[in-house]
Amino acid sequence: MITKTTYREAVRAALRAALLADPRVFLMGEDVGRYGGAYACSHGLLEEFGPERIRDTPLSESTFVGAGIGAALGGLRPIVEVMTVNFSLLALDQVVNNAATLRHMSGGQLNVPLVVRMATGGGRQLAAQHSHTLEGWYAHIPGITVLAPATVADAYGMLPAALQLEDPAFIFEHAMLYPTEGEFDPAQGPADISHARVSRAGKDVTLIAYGGTLAKALESAQQLAADGIEAEVVDLRVLRPLDTETVLASVRKTRHAVVVDEAWRTGSLAAEVSARIMEGAFFDLDAPVARVCSAEVPLPYPKHLEDAAIPQPRTIAAAARELIGAGAIRG
Amino acid sequence: MTATAAAPALPVSREHALALLREMILIRRFEERAAELYSAAKIHGFLHLYIGEEAIAAGTIPVLSSDDAIVATYREHGHALARGIPAAAVMAEMYGKANGCSGGRGGSMHLFDAARRFYGGYAIVGGGLPIAVGLALADALQGRQRVTACFFGDGAVAEGAFHESLNLAALWKLPVLFLCENNRYAMGTALERHQSQTDLRHKAESYRIPAEQVDGMDVLAVEAGTRRAVDAVRTGNGPQFIEFLTYRFRAHSMYDPDLYRTKEEIAAWKEHDPITLFAARLRDFGLLDDADLAGIEQSVAGEIAGAVDAAEAGPWEPVTELLRHVSAGQP
Repeated sequence: MITKTTYREAVRAALRAALLADPRVFLMGEDVGRYGGAYACSHGLLEEFGPERIRDTPLSESTFVGAGIGAALGGLRPIVEVMTVNFSLLALDQVVNNAATLRHMSGGQLNVPLVVRMATGGGRQLAAQHSHTLEGWYAHIPGITVLAPATVADAYGMLPAALQLEDPAFIFEHAMLYPTEGEFDPAQGPADISHARVSRAGKDVTLIAYGGTLAKALESAQQLAADGIEAEVVDLRVLRPLDTETVLASVRKTRHAVVVDEAWRTGSLAAEVSARIMEGAFFDLDAPVARVCSAEVPLPYPKHLEDAAIPQPRTIAAAARELIGAGAIRG
Repeated sequence: MTATAAAPALPVSREHALALLREMILIRRFEERAAELYSAAKIHGFLHLYIGEEAIAAGTIPVLSSDDAIVATYREHGHALARGIPAAAVMAEMYGKANGCSGGRGGSMHLFDAARRFYGGYAIVGGGLPIAVGLALADALQGRQRVTACFFGDGAVAEGAFHESLNLAALWKLPVLFLCENNRYAMGTALERHQSQTDLRHKAESYRIPAEQVDGMDVLAVEAGTRRAVDAVRTGNGPQFIEFLTYRFRAHSMYDPDLYRTKEEIAAWKEHDPITLFAARLRDFGLLDDADLAGIEQSVAGEIAGAVDAAEAGPWEPVTELLRHVSAGQP
């Protein structure tokens, strides 16, 4: 039965379903228990599943992520919630040096079936230390899967899919998405986590987005439609391993690509996607790949400056118009 | 030897004493050979020798059962050998050969043996402690009466992961045995120059973890202290901590010119050589004679020669297999 709900409730429903389905699954992190989760994603789970399986941790990101790795080695299926990507920096050593390497360093003897969830992104006037978009850093690391659910259906379906993996998976939930509404089918089962998805079909330009920028790209597509430009919107969904083929297939059709990324432009995931388009579809392009990323500045507190720093539907649409104009001139 | 009525007997059988002595001599001779092979360019990368500290691995690890887990550091050849990983598999790993205990992928710093629950050498100082906490958490949640022994040096005590891990293990009453090998140097920085409180037991006591300081140059003291601590951990009341006072006779690694400590200091510690001291003690009690010692040396030499032969004869992994062991689904 299709259910309309919020992204937050979809995450919570996915957590609950995972805990019910597998006794090896447990949740730990900062304020996941009594508080109910900083974003209320685990509200009520402590009461239902008890303190053994819903574990409040001290503010020790390095150690509770590392303990998740150890518990996974010990036969459990931990879900670790790091409150936000900003705090995950304190656990990066465990991620990069242990979670991602143990299978390899042990010559295939060990594996780490760990799922780490965290909120990401800016847009809430939380200033320079609480607004990071660092999924691209994680997507740089071999040995892990990086997921960016942009829809309610993916918020529900990606968690069970991640739990089926034998290796670490990181789920980035854009904090602006939690109150948004959408539909999912509780009987849908684990989501496909191998492919990007065409969220809106179009023929004139491809807008490539993920996570918090998907809704903005879709909105810009509506704006462009008013001008007679039919934009195709690709939701990357899986940031590692990237589904290059879906991107290339769209770009070969539209001959124009705009990559949207809330991360800073330099060294961004958008740079990687752009490079792959150059490598795989260069001769199909009518214009150079364009990027709409965050301005190269720590995110400022005032709303007007924050809005100006991160991609917006207006700036995405403007980039698409300029690109098509450029293509027309060259063509 | 003239036994007097007052002379206390050693609290060990001759057989057990000779086994302890042999283990220490095996580790010493193995590493001496490894150093030669490093100079001969058979072993590359970093090579951290344990020479001087052998009593700790030899005295602790046999106290553990085969179900218990071990988490070690990058100075872990001795621990691997004491756990029963064949010398040939360790030597082949140091060569980088496919018949190494990590398939050649890890090298000297990353020895693994899943079947023996040897969860590896961790080469980021302090990085193994959270893993040990997680392994113990998995045991606790699954109702298994197992101990996770976690080795680290005095340098790790300065890391945040140390404090986070001790706190979490104590808070959650997890069965971790924290084993600090205090060799007085964090690479080249003396204990007094990196710790405000040099009596490291107090760090553990501040987390309400029972802690003991033990002479790490006396294999029987190491063994007795470990027995007490392991028994305490098995009662289910949480972690225990032992600080072993020890010293490495060789430089930090093969790259280290050892300029930060005096020849006199090294010479003074060599007066406490754990092998020489223990052998002398056994002779005093009539448990060891020249023939015994010669027999041990001969058997150890044969084992090491066999290990080197196995490493020399071992195959190199084909370059076509470069991308193995990154994630599941790859062979």
